Amino acid sequence: MQGGASRDAGLGLGTTIMAIEFDGGVVLGSDSRVSAGDAVVNRVMNKLSPLHDKIYCALSGSAADAQTIAEIVNYQLDVHSVEVGQDPLVRSAATLVKNISYKYKEDLSAHLIVAGWDKREGGQVYATLNGLLSRQPFAVGGSGSFYVYGFVDAEYQPGMSREECQQFVLNTLSLAMSRDGSTGGVAYIVTIDSKSVEEKCILGNQIPVFNDL
Amino acid sequence: MCSSNSEWRSAEVSTGTTIIAVRYDGGVVIGSDSRASMGGVYVSSRIINKVVQVHDKIFCCMSGSLADAQAVTNAVIHRLNFHSMQMGEPPLVQSAASIMKEFCYNYRDELSAGFIVAGWDRKKGPQVFEVSVGGMVVEQEFTIGGSGSTYIYGYVDAKFKTGMTREQCLTFTTNALSLAMDRDNVSGGVVHLAVVTEAGVERQLIPGNKLPVFHRI
Repeated sequence: MQGGASRDAGLGLGTTIMAIEFDGGVVLGSDSRVSAGDAVVNRVMNKLSPLHDKIYCALSGSAADAQTIAEIVNYQLDVHSVEVGQDPLVRSAATLVKNISYKYKEDLSAHLIVAGWDKREGGQVYATLNGLLSRQPFAVGGSGSFYVYGFVDAEYQPGMSREECQQFVLNTLSLAMSRDGSTGGVAYIVTIDSKSVEEKCILGNQIPVFNDL
Repeated sequence: MCSSNSEWRSAEVSTGTTIIAVRYDGGVVIGSDSRASMGGVYVSSRIINKVVQVHDKIFCCMSGSLADAQAVTNAVIHRLNFHSMQMGEPPLVQSAASIMKEFCYNYRDELSAGFIVAGWDRKKGPQVFEVSVGGMVVEQEFTIGGSGSTYIYGYVDAKFKTGMTREQCLTFTTNALSLAMDRDNVSGGVVHLAVVTEAGVERQLIPGNKLPVFHRI
């Protein structure tokens, strides 16, 4: 029943990632832990990776696989945007990620959530798990996501504002960090809208605390 | 997406399940779903009650292998009855949990079932104990268990508060079960609830179509 998160002998991004759309943009969030078995080999890794100016992806699963897919798609998007002469669509980026995930589905073990803003459709979030392409109002992924499905199902409301979305992402990451051993560290939040891309890092002691029994 | 394998026919019946118990000032609220499945694909019963009364004011919730859980529960009912006759008074919830633990721990290599034991007694009032698969016992203010519980850890961590009233506990329990049943394919059906207080026991059944619906995307 496991999704894209893998625990192979190499570096794993057992993780929690999330992206949510609001009217005019998207918010992406991730934790910062990279584990190799029981050891945490990087406690400050930023798993939100830019694919283009206003398109980011969130990495989970095998660290090597996820980073490689992101690099390849970054290159392909550069070529594509030169060919069409304008900024690429978020759907194009998501399709490129999906094509790699699907074609090499037996060999790869990574799930990328692609989110961004473009002129045509505004803010969009795409899930690309296992080679499917699905646009959703929000998406969660990684090993920690299982623990927060109930929370996000209950708390999501359509029409949340930018700040509400940021708080929602932060709360979700906090809950996942306290239950999933492979999720932890700091929280990275990226907010993309028509005007700018804002990257924030919320340190461990500033992450909201829930009832810790 | 349907599976074309028929391995489920020879699979063991399991209570892939979601169970929960919450303590409030005055009583406990205990709840479960009602699905029994085989091989993760076939629902062998859609209405089983996993909240079993082991004594007048003590209940236990089953998870894991249904056969193991029922066998242990029946053994506990028998032992607890005997214990209570010897002591000449109603048993403590802690005694029930301890007897449950004895079975789970001594036969831990053969059994594959986890429990929540909850109820009310005169000495300490309402209590909730988790007796997990290997035989560990932990007393908690609330606890969740079963395969569906993974999906609601975030929810219960965020929503639980000490000092909730009985109504708030009922809402909390029903919401948590409903969310888990939505995400876990081996949990589902109806919600069985029991509320145990000094005054007695009240059982409720919430059919699937009356469960709270969360925003669906």
